[in-house]
Amino acid sequence: MTEELERSFEDTIARDQRLEPRDWVPEGYRKTMIRQISQHAHSEIIGMQPEANWITRAPSLRRKAILLAKVQDEAGHGLYLYSAAETLGVDRTELTEKLISGAQKYSSIFNYPTVTFADVGVIGWLVDGAAICNQVPLCRSSYGPYARGMIRICKEESFHQRQGYELLMTMMRGTEAQREMVQEATNRWWWPSLMMFGPPDADSPNTEQSMAWKIKRHTNDELRQRFVDMSVPQAEALGVTLPDPELSWNAECGSYDFGAIDWNEFKQILKGNGPCNAERIAKRRAAHEDGAWVREAAAAHAAKQRDRERSAA
Amino acid sequence: MSEVRKDWPLYEVFVRGKRGLNHVHVGSLHAADDRMALRNARDLYTRRNEGVSIWVVAAADITASSPDEKDPFFAPSGDKVYRHPTFYEIPDNVPHM
Ligand SMILES: [Fe+2]
Ligand SMILES: [Fe+2]
Repeated sequence: MTEELERSFEDTIARDQRLEPRDWVPEGYRKTMIRQISQHAHSEIIGMQPEANWITRAPSLRRKAILLAKVQDEAGHGLYLYSAAETLGVDRTELTEKLISGAQKYSSIFNYPTVTFADVGVIGWLVDGAAICNQVPLCRSSYGPYARGMIRICKEESFHQRQGYELLMTMMRGTEAQREMVQEATNRWWWPSLMMFGPPDADSPNTEQSMAWKIKRHTNDELRQRFVDMSVPQAEALGVTLPDPELSWNAECGSYDFGAIDWNEFKQILKGNGPCNAERIAKRRAAHEDGAWVREAAAAHAAKQRDRERSAA
Repeated sequence: MSEVRKDWPLYEVFVRGKRGLNHVHVGSLHAADDRMALRNARDLYTRRNEGVSIWVVAAADITASSPDEKDPFFAPSGDKVYRHPTFYEIPDNVPHM
């Protein structure tokens, strides 16, 4: 019986068809998928914080409205993804508890601070840009609900990147001090953005299985290279220097060579020792706990309404 | 009074993209009651005019075919090729068919 189920699972993947919620899947596939989708969801939710930091201080009403819409989108992305994770038999509340207890991780990138308003622009340009690189191939992920969620998300990400880049262009046309802010923010976010693609292929033990299951379509290093190649001309057009003296065109490969990434920094952040890890989780925990009475009150109100309807009937 | 559920129930959301199209399943959300589900669905799934009409259905109220019974369940239509127009051979010189 199991053999037959396994065969039909492998078959579905081989034919490049999607697996759907009630299909039988091996335990390993289910676990990997739950881990990937929930970590992704957590990243969207935590990812609201660095930028939300600037909503009240956005320099104009236009920028404030844009930033609000962007942060609201990220909340939406988190919810699409929790919705996809739930089709695999986990509960959303349980996932939130795993996030705030530290049992599940989120992307390392959101543990860096947003020091100036230029960071908001650079996050849109580089961080959302790297997210797009990662996410576009995920639209073809073998798990249907995840792939469909990614399609929605990718449609919305383009606005995120463009508003960030436009913000930076505006600042670059401003004063010398503004140009400096953009350069400094670029210096802060460039290397962490490269780390968003995860450890180098040689240190990424799960990649092979994920590629075989078509959960992942490209390796970390492939996607990172693609991102570097896309970013260099964008930096030139903007007029900033990417903080890597080793960055140079390699005519033979038709791509840019770049310097070594400080993987120790990455590991430290994953361990919880980044500049903002504690702050991000504390904020998420407070939001969850402070909201408890609202959730309970709404549930009590709904129950009362139901009782009233029943006794009226 | 019935038991108060602390966790809000799961709703499935369907959106009609524009007039003339069917409602299509877009995802799910949690809400305390039907009205809240509808409002949340609007905020979550139609932030960019993706729909002109929304249905929300408590997930617990949906009856679905299960994949285990897929073959026998869909079998009644599997062997009825005569339901498709291509089953019938019409000579090329017959127009408009
Ligand atoms: Fe996002
Ligand atoms: Fe985004």
